[in-house]
Amino acid sequence: MSAVTDTRADGGGTFGHILYVLRGNPVTALSFGMFAVLIVAAIFGPYLVPHDPMASNAGSALQAPSWTHWFGTDNLGRDVFSRVVVATRLDLVISVSAVALSLVAGSVLGAAAGYFGGWLDAVLNRIMDTIMAFPLFVLAMGIVAALGNTVENIVYATAVINTPFYARLVRAEVNIRREAGFVQAARLAGNSDIRVLAMHIFPNALPPMMVQMSLNLGWAILNAAGLSFIGLGVRPPTAEWGIMVAEGANFIVSGEWWLAVFPGLALMFAVFTFNLMGDGLRDIVDPRQRT
Amino acid sequence: MLSVKDLAVRFQTRRGPVDALRGVDLDVASGEILGIVGESGSGKSVTAYSIMRLLEAGGQVVDGKVRYAGVDLAGASDREMADIRGREISMIFQNPRSALNPIRKVGDQIGDVLRRHARATRYTARKEAIKALEAVRIRDAEARVDAYPFELSGGMCQRVVIALALACDPKLLIMDEPTTGLDITTQKAVMDLVVDLIRDRGMSAILITHDLGLASVYCDRIMVMKDGEVVERGTPAGLFAAPRHAYTRRLIDATPRIGATIRELLPVEARTSAPVRETDGTVLLEVRNLVKTFAGKSGPVHAVRDVSFSVRRGQTLGLVGESGCGKSTTSSMIVRLLDPTSGEIIFNDEDLTLTPSRDFARDHRRAKIQMVFQDATDSLNPRHSSRQSIAEPLDRLGEGATRMRVEELADLVGLPRALLDRFPHQLSGGQKARVGIARAIALDPDLLILDEPTAALDVSIQAVVLNLLIDLQARLGISYLFVSHDLNVVRLLCDDVIVMQGGRIVEQGSAEQVMRAPATEYTRSLIAAAPQPPAIRNQQ
Repeated sequence: MSAVTDTRADGGGTFGHILYVLRGNPVTALSFGMFAVLIVAAIFGPYLVPHDPMASNAGSALQAPSWTHWFGTDNLGRDVFSRVVVATRLDLVISVSAVALSLVAGSVLGAAAGYFGGWLDAVLNRIMDTIMAFPLFVLAMGIVAALGNTVENIVYATAVINTPFYARLVRAEVNIRREAGFVQAARLAGNSDIRVLAMHIFPNALPPMMVQMSLNLGWAILNAAGLSFIGLGVRPPTAEWGIMVAEGANFIVSGEWWLAVFPGLALMFAVFTFNLMGDGLRDIVDPRQRT
Repeated sequence: MLSVKDLAVRFQTRRGPVDALRGVDLDVASGEILGIVGESGSGKSVTAYSIMRLLEAGGQVVDGKVRYAGVDLAGASDREMADIRGREISMIFQNPRSALNPIRKVGDQIGDVLRRHARATRYTARKEAIKALEAVRIRDAEARVDAYPFELSGGMCQRVVIALALACDPKLLIMDEPTTGLDITTQKAVMDLVVDLIRDRGMSAILITHDLGLASVYCDRIMVMKDGEVVERGTPAGLFAAPRHAYTRRLIDATPRIGATIRELLPVEARTSAPVRETDGTVLLEVRNLVKTFAGKSGPVHAVRDVSFSVRRGQTLGLVGESGCGKSTTSSMIVRLLDPTSGEIIFNDEDLTLTPSRDFARDHRRAKIQMVFQDATDSLNPRHSSRQSIAEPLDRLGEGATRMRVEELADLVGLPRALLDRFPHQLSGGQKARVGIARAIALDPDLLILDEPTAALDVSIQAVVLNLLIDLQARLGISYLFVSHDLNVVRLLCDDVIVMQGGRIVEQGSAEQVMRAPATEYTRSLIAAAPQPPAIRNQQ
C-alpha cells in the first residue's frame, strides 16, 4: 500500500475511510460508480431522455435500434431508451422504500427478540417462521391482490416478505452480544435496557446488515418487476421495467427482441450493482476495518 | 535434532510488509525442553508456526533453514509435511477448546489422527483412543472417549489435546501457551503431566510462553525473544541469576514472586516510593449471608452459598478461587448486575438489594460502584473511540463529559491524549486496560471491582497496571474488591484475602497471614500451584 493510503487511513475519518475502501477494492469502486449511474438516471432521467417516454407515434412503431432510437421503439412507437431510463425512478423508489421498511421493522422486532428473549422471542420467532413458510412471491401476490393494486401496496408486500430475514439476522447478532463485556459496562455507566440495546448493541449488528440490505435491494427490484410482469401493481402505460419486459415478451417471437431485452438488461444492471455493493458497504460501516 | 538457522518471516499487511522474525537461530537437542519466552508480538508463536509450516496466508518465510533430523522442512513437499506433522513433530495449541472440533466425540478425533498415520485401523481406533486418553491420566477413559468437547472442563480438554498430540509418539512436541485460560492449579496439573510424559518417552519439546516463571520451572534452556529477535539464551538458573540483556532484566523484574513488593515489578529506573494511603478503617461494604441459586437443567445450581464479608474504606480485599468457585457471581451481585437469591449487600449503610438490578442503572448509587472487566477488549464497544468510552458514564450519570474531564482522566491513567480518538482495535492490550480503568474511575466511585484486570496482559504491562491501581487508590481513596485466581498477584495488591471454593468461603484473613500460614489444604494447593522462579539475587 502506498504512503498516501496510510496517512488517509490514519487521520481521514469517515470520508477518508470510504476513499480507502473504494481504493482497496476496485469491484466496490465499480459498484459505487454503477450505483451513481442509477441515481443520476432516477433523479434526472426525465430531463435527460431524448424523447417523451409516453408519447406514442404510430408512424414509427416497432423500429429496430438506430441512432434516433437507441433501444428501438415499441408497438406504440414510444422510445424504449427513454422509457427504460425514466423507469429507474419508480423501480428504485419501490425497492428502496420496501427495503427501508423491512430494515426498520426487522431491526426493531429482531433486536427486541434477541435482547429480551423469553416469550417475546418465542412469539416473534413463530410469526417470522410463519411468514417464511410461504413461497414468498406467492405471499406478495396475495398481499397485493388483497390490499389493492397500487404502488404503495407493492412496497408493503415486498417489505413484509423481507422483514423475517432482517429480524433473524438482528436477533442473532444481538443475542451473542447480550452479555458481552461492553454491554455490562454500558449498564454500569447508567444506560437503561432500551438505551443499551439501541446505542450499544444494535450498531454492532450493522456490518452484516449492510450486506443483507444490498442483496435485498436486488431481490426487491426483481420482486416489484415480477409483480408488474404478472399484471399486479404498476399499470401500463407507466414506464416500469417489469411491465416493459412483460409487454415486450409478446413481440420476441416475431423478432422484435429489443422491447424485452433492454428493460431486462436494465433490471440486471440494477440487481448486479446492489449485489456488488454489499461487501463495500459492510467495510464502510465497520470501524474495525479502519487501521 | 531440530535446528533453525537465520529464520526470517515477513507479513504483508495494509501498512506494508512487517518483519515478524529477524534471523532467529535455535537448536533443540534430543530429550531437551526449550522454553521460548516473550511478550505478545515478540514472534514466539510465529517461530513455531513457521517450523510447522502453518503460517497464515499473509506470512512468508523469506530466509533461513529449518532442519529436522536431517530433513529440510522448508523444502519438504506438502505431502511430506503432512506425514511429519503428528508423527514426528506435534503441536499443542493455545486454546484447547478451539483446537478440538466441537461437533465430534473426542475419541473419534483421536482415532482420526491414529488412522491417518496408520497407527490404528477402523476397528482398533476406539481401543487405541482409550489407551491414549489413559496415557494422559484421564480417569474413566472408557466413558470419556464418547464425550463431546463441550462436556469436558478446560483442563480436561487440554488433556485431550495432549493425548491427540502424543497419540502417534512424536519425537518433538511444540506447546504454544498450553495453559492460557486454565486455572493455576489446573495449569500445574497439566504442565506436570505433559513434562512427565515428555521425560518418560525421551521426547524433545519447545514450550512457548509469556510466563518466565513457568518456563523456568519446566525448561532445560530458555530463549528470550523480543520484536522478532532472540535477545538472550541460557539456563533458567543462569538467566535469573545474571540476566545480560536489559529486556530479560525487565521481564524478570515484572514477574510476580515471593518477597517482591509491587513497586519492584517495575524496571529499576521507573521505581518511585510507594504511595501512602490514608484510611480510617471504617467499613464501606458489608455482605451478609449472600446466596445465589441458578435454575439449572438438572436441578438448582448453588453458585454462591451463604457468603459474608466486608470491605473497608480505602483498602483492598482479594477474592480468590478457581473458576466455578462463585467469585464472579459474587462480584456480579455486588456490582448490581445480578440479583442475589437472598442476603444483604450493605453499602454506605444502605441495603442495595432493595433496588432490583434492572432499576439500578438509574439509581443515584450506580456511580459509586464501578467495575474493571477481565477482558479489556471485550469490555470496550468496538464502535466507540476511547473518548466516547470514557465519556459514556459521565454523560449518563455525571454532569456531562467535558473535553477537559476526559483528558484529565486519560492523564490520570497514563493514556496518551493522542489515543483518545482511536478505536479499541487500534490500541494495545495495556492501552485498552487503561481506557477501561479511566471509564471505571470517571465518576469517582467509592468501590471498584477489579475482575482479573491483568489476566489478559503481558507481565510487564501487568506490572504497570498494578502500580497504576495502587497509585489511584492512594490518590482517590477508592476501595477495591480484587477478584483473581493468581495468588502471586493478590499478595501484591491486597490487604485482606478471602478464599472461595464451591460457593463457600473456606478461608479469610489478612493477605500476609493467609500467604504465610494457610489454614486449609485448598489454599495451600493454590499457593503451591503458582510457579516460582528460582531465587533471585538481591538486586540492590
